Amino acid sequence: MTRLLLLTTAFTLGGAMAAQANADLQTLMDDPNQWVIQTGDYANQRYSDLEQINKDNVGSLQVAWSFSTGVLRGHEGSPLVVGDVMYVHTPFPNIVYALDLNNDGKVLWKYEPKQDPSVIPVMCCDTVNRGVAYADGKIFLHQADTTLVALDAKTGAVVWSVKNGDPSKGETNTATVMPVKDKVIVGISGGEFGVRGSVTAYNTADGSVAWRAYSMGPDSDTLMDGENTTHLGKPVGADSGLATWEGDQWQIGGGTTWGWYSYDPDLNLMYYGTGNPSTWNPSQRPGDNAWSMTIFARDVDTGMAKWVYQMTPHDEWDFDGINEMILTDQNIGGADRKLLTHFDRNGLGYTLDRETGELLVAEKFDPAVNWTTGVDMDPNSATYGRPAVVAQYSTEQNGEDVNSTGICPAALGSKDQQPAAYSPKTELFYVPTNHVCMDYEPFRVSYTAGQPYVGATLSMYPAPDSHGGMGNFIAWDGKEGSIKWSLPEQFSVWSGALATAGDVVFYGTLEGYLKAVDANTGEELYKFKTPSGIIGNVMTYSNGGKQYVAVLSGVGGWAGIGLAAGLTNPTDGLGAVGGYAALSDYTALGGTLTVFTLPN
Amino acid sequence: MSMTGKLTTMAAVGFVMIAAPVTAQEADNITVGYEEEGRYYTEDGVPTYNITAEGEVDWLTYSGFRRYHSECHVCHGPEGEGSSYAPALKKSALDMDYYDFVDVVVNGRQKVSAAENSVMPAFGTNVNVMCYLDDIYTYLKARGTDAVPRGRPPKKEAKSDAIRVAEEACLGG
Repeated sequence: MTRLLLLTTAFTLGGAMAAQANADLQTLMDDPNQWVIQTGDYANQRYSDLEQINKDNVGSLQVAWSFSTGVLRGHEGSPLVVGDVMYVHTPFPNIVYALDLNNDGKVLWKYEPKQDPSVIPVMCCDTVNRGVAYADGKIFLHQADTTLVALDAKTGAVVWSVKNGDPSKGETNTATVMPVKDKVIVGISGGEFGVRGSVTAYNTADGSVAWRAYSMGPDSDTLMDGENTTHLGKPVGADSGLATWEGDQWQIGGGTTWGWYSYDPDLNLMYYGTGNPSTWNPSQRPGDNAWSMTIFARDVDTGMAKWVYQMTPHDEWDFDGINEMILTDQNIGGADRKLLTHFDRNGLGYTLDRETGELLVAEKFDPAVNWTTGVDMDPNSATYGRPAVVAQYSTEQNGEDVNSTGICPAALGSKDQQPAAYSPKTELFYVPTNHVCMDYEPFRVSYTAGQPYVGATLSMYPAPDSHGGMGNFIAWDGKEGSIKWSLPEQFSVWSGALATAGDVVFYGTLEGYLKAVDANTGEELYKFKTPSGIIGNVMTYSNGGKQYVAVLSGVGGWAGIGLAAGLTNPTDGLGAVGGYAALSDYTALGGTLTVFTLPN
Repeated sequence: MSMTGKLTTMAAVGFVMIAAPVTAQEADNITVGYEEEGRYYTEDGVPTYNITAEGEVDWLTYSGFRRYHSECHVCHGPEGEGSSYAPALKKSALDMDYYDFVDVVVNGRQKVSAAENSVMPAFGTNVNVMCYLDDIYTYLKARGTDAVPRGRPPKKEAKSDAIRVAEEACLGG
């Protein structure tokens, strides 16, 4: 509590300057010629008002220029454009380049941090980094080793630097950061190492801590208030972050925070999701394991939680809840509502009222999803808001050392972190998805600090009785909770989407294609094969009156690990082994930025 | 190449070229020399897999399938096949001497240069790995020779009492 009091004082002093910095950033975000934070804007819509490239001319798109990052690992996130400068980041070692858009992308400056390579193997699933953010004349980089560094956007000089976590305990970072007002808000990775997840707000000016909110623990750690923080409209009660854990298991409870964050300036609330509880063996951690797998709404000034919603109580499948929360204002049931839409790893697309946390829609966004029959939507029910778990696919009910087969989706989820886009013109969400199922066998494991704490054996394979591919790119109506159209893809779609006022939607594929489709019909309008598989997000900007579309290619991440050698379906018997496509037959490592435009 | 075919080739080469200890060692590195309460070893005392004519794998190899897909798979890809991130261990288990293999798992190793950022962590303090090191090693060796195909081995020998007792002692109860 002492910490909170001190912080409140600090905030009051910096208040006037903060409001100014935030107004500047908001102005830059509102300018479609620039792309100043990874998510494009605070609402995470990944929508651009630019329409020079549109559905009628996108077919003649061509490569304007390209840039090799010099790094081989998986390239997630996207470049930024602030004014006439593009900022490009890389996976470990987390290089940042500033490129002059007025001079054919000449390198203005390069920053390469010195990091202990021992952080590499503690990063589950590749050394990805989801990019830098701009605010207040600074570029914010959150490195793999959890060093948060503020660079002078003009020179690349370090303004300040602070360490958010301890990699020797498995605490690492893969996510971008969100600058809001006078703060920059960061998360943490390491759910497979027994890390207790947290979100931390640092003061933009000097890197001092403003507040830190853990995903579990006593109220003083979770910044929750038993009476005023609500779950589906009801007070959560005192120390709700302890109540559903056995003993001190919450201390290694997981619930990490490596997704994309959003923010509503009018409500002054930020939104994010928490990851899986550690370990993957559910029998070893009885209870709901709150607040893992939870959507959080927090006041950005104080960090206090206003409301929470736990989507998957007592996770049994590694369905991290970290995916982005997309904020829209739509008319639903005859009323204008402030909405939040979230496509969870568990295969359900949720629509909530973002002011109150009321649950409005929860429907499957992949028909293959079978672990649940659906969410109880009756506010008077004792199980209101809980998913009904199908016993056959319950790794808890089947027990330790039992292989539960045919669970859909697989642990990587019907969708992972790759962010969806939303077009206010069509009122549709454009969602990159995985179409993969799994066998899952939990068993007992011991915790050692800094060591993996997994406790389950997984086999994954394309969804049976479907098109044989491992992904779909879908258009989703968030008000109805229904799929409007679905494009089958050979591999999981692991690239963030972009929607534009030109009625075009862009996404990348693991083979390396950048694709453009019609926002209304899904008809493919353009594709181009970039040098490597795409797990980055598509962005757009304009410079000198011309609109450009840019994407990082460079295969890797979970997709590169899981799909490189292809998948097998053990239940198909020996004959089918090797029958599914291997990503290594299509693409190889290598980071490249490719920038597209229309011919002159 | 089938296991039998490979062994025959090795044996033939070994016979002609007595001064080729590496080749001879590789052959010896797979053939079961003796069994000890459900664990199988080569003549040199190196753990190895055993597969019956009915396709039943020994317990350690089966257990290795499970432990590999818990501890190793997130970097090295499914079934020892390798990934965009880390090498194919089904090959390493054949290319590397057993003791070198153990050394890398226990102590880790780094290959860090301008072109490469490859780091294997040290698992020496991790009982979830250390108590199952021979399981993982024999499973990967069986994958390397294709004696065990991709996927979960369908038939397995029962877990022996000796293996059960050793596991409990290793995990510390």
